[in-house]
Amino acid sequence: MKIALQINEGPYQHQAADSAIQFTKAALARGHEIYRVFFYHDGVNNATRLAIPPQDDRNLYEKWSKLQKEHNLDLVVCIAAAQRRGMIDEDEMKRQGKDANNIAEGFRISGLGQLIEAGIEADRLIVFGA
Amino acid sequence: MAKKFMYINRKAPYGTIYALESLEVVLIGAAFDQDVSLAFIGDGVYQLTKGQNTKGIGQKSFSPVYMALGDYDVNKIYVEKESLEERGLTLDDLQHLVWEDEDEDYAEKDSIRLVSRSELSDVLDDQDVVLSF
Repeated sequence: MKIALQINEGPYQHQAADSAIQFTKAALARGHEIYRVFFYHDGVNNATRLAIPPQDDRNLYEKWSKLQKEHNLDLVVCIAAAQRRGMIDEDEMKRQGKDANNIAEGFRISGLGQLIEAGIEADRLIVFGA
Repeated sequence: MAKKFMYINRKAPYGTIYALESLEVVLIGAAFDQDVSLAFIGDGVYQLTKGQNTKGIGQKSFSPVYMALGDYDVNKIYVEKESLEERGLTLDDLQHLVWEDEDEDYAEKDSIRLVSRSELSDVLDDQDVVLSF
């Protein structure tokens, strides 16, 4: 089955990303396809490469990055939600004249149309958080 | 074939950003020619109340956007009756949302459908994609 995920809450504050990572692993293990993971609301904060979680805790950023590399996941961060919250990639940094960027490798920034398209193309859209 | 998209709105309009960012998805989604419905349940019914004034909280009001939904062909707006009642509200407290029916010489029709909790659960059962905010 083709499955798309929407993640609506930030890491650590909320369990949404933990659950989504576990769900993604379980779905892939069962032979399902993860069509796209769309990060919305505070969920965009999962895409930072600057966070430093305590060493004795799970590292959600590394988990996403590892999963993305292993399975070539399409991790999409909503641009409107990201801009509000100071999540910015290199292209946007240049375009907006900012002095830094913080999006981790493996994530891409795009529009809400990607969420709707995922709803249309996937057999199931699963929402985590909110 | 178009899919049935349902956006469930469960939060008050201000206090958190869910209502505003839900509207943003609905407006973008309207360009995809899908079969769109909105449901307002719980504190979500406050999103549709009329006479809102956000001056005191220093935020822009997005209340007028709901009035424009009809122009985006978003005209199936389900409001849960029990949620209104639990909050001492009636339909008269909500904005009068309408749409123009092209097939009937642009006759103005009501967009809001007042449904009971059990009727709404049947509507949800019938959807392909359910996004909750």
